[in-house]
Amino acid sequence: MTITEPTVGAPIVPDFGGEDCPLPAEAEASETPAGRKLVIICSKGNLDMAYPGLILANAALGEGIETHLFFTFWGFDIITKSRMEDLKFTMLGNTAMHLTQAPKLPIPALAGAIPGMTKMATSMMRKQIADLEIPTVPELLEQIVEMGGHLWACRMSFDMMQLNEADLFEGVDAVISATDFMDLSEGAQIIFV
Amino acid sequence: MPTTLIGGRPIDVNDEGFLVAYDQWDEKLGAELGRLIGLELTDRHWAVLRFLRMDYPARGETATLRRASTVGGFPIKELFALFPGKPAKKMAYVAGLPKPKGCV
Repeated sequence: MTITEPTVGAPIVPDFGGEDCPLPAEAEASETPAGRKLVIICSKGNLDMAYPGLILANAALGEGIETHLFFTFWGFDIITKSRMEDLKFTMLGNTAMHLTQAPKLPIPALAGAIPGMTKMATSMMRKQIADLEIPTVPELLEQIVEMGGHLWACRMSFDMMQLNEADLFEGVDAVISATDFMDLSEGAQIIFV
Repeated sequence: MPTTLIGGRPIDVNDEGFLVAYDQWDEKLGAELGRLIGLELTDRHWAVLRFLRMDYPARGETATLRRASTVGGFPIKELFALFPGKPAKKMAYVAGLPKPKGCV
């Protein structure tokens, strides 16, 4: 390690963004919140496809970024009370499936079709996620809402699946149309999952 | 690795300004770090900071917001109110610890 003389003058302080990082509550209250805005579209309902959007949303909120999640099509399972605790992971159609215990062991694509395989693969993945102390999907959603994140449900999917608002996770802000989404996402960075 | 003068003391920091030596920190320095980023530290701030300091040595990494909430018992909303904007990083900075590595 090289030893340098203490810097004379102003101390070195990390940049926390200053005025650009309003409290979530303030950002909510403001018509035009300052700083970065992120919209994440969650369109898949598999366990492994639910996490990327939720983890990114959680990280964004922790950085003071205004964050919205829009759930559409199969992504609806993430916010449907009767399904959100029971998302599944299937090996079918996934060529990137490996066993951590035997990374070189080839896994035939058809193995995923054996009855019980989805159940087994799901419970393995749940254990790996829990071992990393990552919360379950409902817990992560609760945390996102607590941090000031917004959850929006897609009108067309809602109608197609013949759901009632009571079927949805309590933290969902509203069921909105594609047009509403355009207003919502104005000026935002968008991530599609 | 730069050294910077904080509260009249030479302190080792990384390029971003986070402290790198666990033992260079004490509560007097913590109060100064808080002041530098515009925080007036209350008893609730100190409760969070003491939890982070206590949690760090055994784990070798700084508690995330999730951990401060589930293990430390501080509601996430309160952490946002106490350390507005980027709570996890601000908590770590004032506690003299590295930025949290965990994703959640």
